[in-house]
Amino acid sequence: MSANWVALAYLVASVFFILALKGLSSPESARRGNLFGMIGMLIAVATTLTLTQNWTLILGAIAVGGVIGAIVAQRVQMTAMPELVAFMHSLVGLAAVFIAVAAVNNPVSFGLPEVLPAGSKLELFLGTFIGAMTWSGSVIAFLKLSGRMSGTPVVFTGQHAINLLLAIAMVGFGLWFFFTETTNWNAFIAMTAIAFILGFLIIIPIGGADMPVVISMLNSYSGWAAAGIGFSLGNPMLIIAGSLVGSSGAILSYIMCKAMNRPFLSVILGGFGSDGGAVVADSGVQKTHRSGSADDAAFLMGNADSVIIVPGYGLAVARAQHAVKELAEKLHEKGVNVRFAIHPVAGRMPGHMNVLLAEAEIPYEQVLEMEEINSDFSNTDVVLVLGANDVVNPAANVPGSPIYGMPILDAHKARTVMVVKRSMAVGYAGLDNDLFYMDKTMMIFGDAKKVVENLVKAL
Amino acid sequence: MIGEVDPVIINLTVFVLAIFVGYHVVWNVTPALHTPLMSVTNAISGIILVGAMLAAGPAETDWGVWLGAAAVALAAINVFGGFLVSQRMLEMFKKKDKKGNA
Repeated sequence: MSANWVALAYLVASVFFILALKGLSSPESARRGNLFGMIGMLIAVATTLTLTQNWTLILGAIAVGGVIGAIVAQRVQMTAMPELVAFMHSLVGLAAVFIAVAAVNNPVSFGLPEVLPAGSKLELFLGTFIGAMTWSGSVIAFLKLSGRMSGTPVVFTGQHAINLLLAIAMVGFGLWFFFTETTNWNAFIAMTAIAFILGFLIIIPIGGADMPVVISMLNSYSGWAAAGIGFSLGNPMLIIAGSLVGSSGAILSYIMCKAMNRPFLSVILGGFGSDGGAVVADSGVQKTHRSGSADDAAFLMGNADSVIIVPGYGLAVARAQHAVKELAEKLHEKGVNVRFAIHPVAGRMPGHMNVLLAEAEIPYEQVLEMEEINSDFSNTDVVLVLGANDVVNPAANVPGSPIYGMPILDAHKARTVMVVKRSMAVGYAGLDNDLFYMDKTMMIFGDAKKVVENLVKAL
Repeated sequence: MIGEVDPVIINLTVFVLAIFVGYHVVWNVTPALHTPLMSVTNAISGIILVGAMLAAGPAETDWGVWLGAAAVALAAINVFGGFLVSQRMLEMFKKKDKKGNA
């Protein structure tokens, strides 16, 4: 194929990628969008194949990766989606590094001059270091999310200074690579190694609660890594696809930060959960809460006109989604208007809770976002909070509170509030929740799944 | 005139415009589908597969070609895993749709 036809085919593939993302604007068009993405990828790969000679090797490698990918996609639990996504980010990062190394080794196979021009060196430098940081950062994120590594932030003195020194050293080696006329492997390898270490050091101080931001951020990095390789190879399709992914991840990071009321920079600098928020929790006078049984709660809910269920990650941990669905159906049969209110950080990644509820076959029309439902709490009879804490803490409306300004679900405005929790323990923010001590609040202690099952039985 | 422009500038033009497209398209994604958005973008960032194929492409097999082949396999995991897991998730949203209408 001539270069022009290749470029045109790549343009068609790029358009399909844009349509793939556009499809996600509603659940009805989303499947078609995903199909567009697959078509785009097929066009891109088939076109590229005509430029290569080792078909057996390439198709064999695609088959190996494809089978692994298909098995993983089939088997993964929906609760484990954050781990899967982190794992896949790491692969993009590593692949970017491999490609950059191969390009430095044999520029001609990428259509670059035998002696790399300065511009290509700069681009390879960018692609490599973003790829390397994406890889090691995602590996840490994966280990933290899958519980193989503690979610508590790893902080030590001089952390930021060390990171800064390493970053300067990395740029220094990059410049050395850049200004050496022949291929300077030493500089290239040193730079890549430092980038790997930096990715690792940047993610270890970030705590478990901030993981939704970290995943979104690494999603963004993986896109920029692809775009960086696109610059190195002078391939606009890679640049377009990479930029789409990069901006998507950046927007998701922004949404998550806003939902947690955390400035992006402070998330990245890390250490959340280690800075004595718990001190505030103990300062108040002894407060009393009211606790009740599942039977009491079932009676109240059965006689209500409207019920809003606020699910938190505790629900997913207890694997209570299916029990909740039964509860919603039972209430629905009794003529109760049941809806779900989703806070943006209800799960461990953006949109996670929606997927978990969809998996339990809860109709998505009943599942509403914070902005859609917040004004309805004040005329709702019963709010059932399941495994959520900080996202319904009215302290967010009190100036001076550590979470002041954080957008919350206005559960405290409902006529009756029921909170299912294992204990009175504080949430991620380390704050006591005044909602639990309100006169209209009833605490139901126990495992979310057991409690919900008892509710279903009592109805 | 355009022939004299450094290709890097043209790539930069594409890059900046693509970011704008991405920005507008992604803000239109419904929050309920943010997890599938992430898995679809995961699959799309597997486009790096194209670069990996070029690395694995030359007929003379040296270590760079093998490294390229490894990158092909890694990127293929992303492409297949990303699109298939997205499809699996989006099917769940579909079932609800039917039920809701019934």
